[in-house]
Amino acid sequence: MKQPIQKQSADLKRFDLQVIASWIKPDSRVLDLGCGEGDLLLYLKQNKGVTGTGIENRESKVALCIAKGLSVLQGDINEEVLDYQENTFDYVILSQTLQQVYYPERLLKSLLAIGRKVIVSFPNFSHWSIRMQVLLTGMAPKNEQLPYEWYNTPNIRVITLKDFRKFTRDQGCTVLKEVAINTNHHDTQGHIVSFLQDWRATYGIFLIGKGDRQ
Amino acid sequence: MSEYIEHDTDGVSVGLVEKKFFTFADPPETMILESNARLGPITIAYETLGSLNEDRSNVILVLHALSGDSHVAGYYSKDDQKPGWWEIMVGPGKGIDTDKYFVICSNIIGSCMDPYGFDFPVVTIGDMVRAQKALLDHLGIKKILSVVGGSIGGMQVLEWAVRYPDMVVSAIPLATTTRHSALAIAFNEVARQAIMADPNWNKGKYYGAAKPNLGLALARMVGHVTYLSDEAMRRKFGRRLQNKNDFSFNFDADFQVESYLRYQGQKFVDRFDANSFLYITKASDYFDLRRQHGNGSETEAFAKAKARFLVISFTSDWLYPTYQSKAMVKAMKKNNLDVSFCEIEAEWGHDAFLLRNERLSVLINGFLERNFIELRK
Repeated sequence: MKQPIQKQSADLKRFDLQVIASWIKPDSRVLDLGCGEGDLLLYLKQNKGVTGTGIENRESKVALCIAKGLSVLQGDINEEVLDYQENTFDYVILSQTLQQVYYPERLLKSLLAIGRKVIVSFPNFSHWSIRMQVLLTGMAPKNEQLPYEWYNTPNIRVITLKDFRKFTRDQGCTVLKEVAINTNHHDTQGHIVSFLQDWRATYGIFLIGKGDRQ
Repeated sequence: MSEYIEHDTDGVSVGLVEKKFFTFADPPETMILESNARLGPITIAYETLGSLNEDRSNVILVLHALSGDSHVAGYYSKDDQKPGWWEIMVGPGKGIDTDKYFVICSNIIGSCMDPYGFDFPVVTIGDMVRAQKALLDHLGIKKILSVVGGSIGGMQVLEWAVRYPDMVVSAIPLATTTRHSALAIAFNEVARQAIMADPNWNKGKYYGAAKPNLGLALARMVGHVTYLSDEAMRRKFGRRLQNKNDFSFNFDADFQVESYLRYQGQKFVDRFDANSFLYITKASDYFDLRRQHGNGSETEAFAKAKARFLVISFTSDWLYPTYQSKAMVKAMKKNNLDVSFCEIEAEWGHDAFLLRNERLSVLINGFLERNFIELRK
């Protein structure tokens, strides 16, 4: 679990994406859910010979991706993942989106069907700053990773590293790799947290396999 | 659609182009159509822009829609008033860059009925594509970097991709469908009835006599409404009156929208043949990729295709709504095809694909560039 992270190309600004990229084997097939402007896909294509597809909801971002030469579909991730055959992808990436998903169980099941492995990352709700805010102010917490008010947040799922580990066990899948990271304000720099992860990590990144029960 | 033909405001154009002709299917080697009728000899007009590169890897085939033709861009002479129908997309440095690519555009069969009239057999989108294939064989083209077209042109794009999968590297179907909805067929039928109800139509035999201009103009008015949208018409006309302050209390064109449609109808009859309108709309109604290539299944229809696809729909297009593009994307995904899809926000209805749209140009340009690089690897 404590793998050294290679310094990735400057193209990949976000530290969490650098970690994810380091896990992807060259020449694999990747589906990136909520791919944004396609930074990760473009990096993987150029540096690892990856055949990638992205799914993104916003028209302007989809257009940017396609103009960059990426294959991207405009649509809702919950629906778009249903059309693929089993094991179409080596990796399906759900980066910083799980906390916004209505039916995480259903989605994870779909992802494990169409991908051999699934990479999930999410902001850690048990970070010390969040715990302290609830304890001391008695109000819904906010921090740099979860900056919204309770009434306008898209982040409808409250997930901690422990919660997610339990979730994977309940779903009968295997955690193949797990990294807790602590990032700076812009998420551009960070380091891996190995001591008091649940308290100190801003994000958790998990590599999940299908497990024995499937 | 061709109301939108305009000079490119940037002043950039591919320049002078020449209309050429290709004749094939000379008897007894006539072409057997999907209807089992025989047709030949067949002459189709075509134009080419840009130059073919040495390894013949830069061919773009542009496919026109109902009222387009082989004149996709550029001018026939220095005094030419109007450029080709897709001047804003095709030219040096544009979405389809003629500095890089060799662009071919041909007339579809059925676009010129004189002097056959109604003796001409009914043709299909498949027949049109087979005729284009004969032209490309004649030009010695074995690989097409991309087939591009909107509306009925988009149907031809889809037909190309499944009929000749080894030739088509990539495909861009714009604002199109794998088959007409009942709504689309209904509007086409109203338009056809308008023509056939005109006494001058005379069962198609009007060449050399008075033409069914009233019927054709009315057909155009109906069609034109389906290419716009509620929002487009609200913005463009609203309830504004045409050159008057109050109602006339008779049946003159009071509203701007009435006046506009009458004008579009009248303008259309000068350049379009009524029988062609009947044949081409019929071909578009018959088009059914599922029936023709998939035993009724959209997924099976794309099983043969190998191209990389860029599917584009427009938010306000109610003639070929986004759900129809999404259905083809779904079928492509199920076949493990490499597909991109974007629903472009545009208020101008179905005709949006013909209008200046920076996003559309950038998308197409990037997609072509990628395929060009990967083909030459």
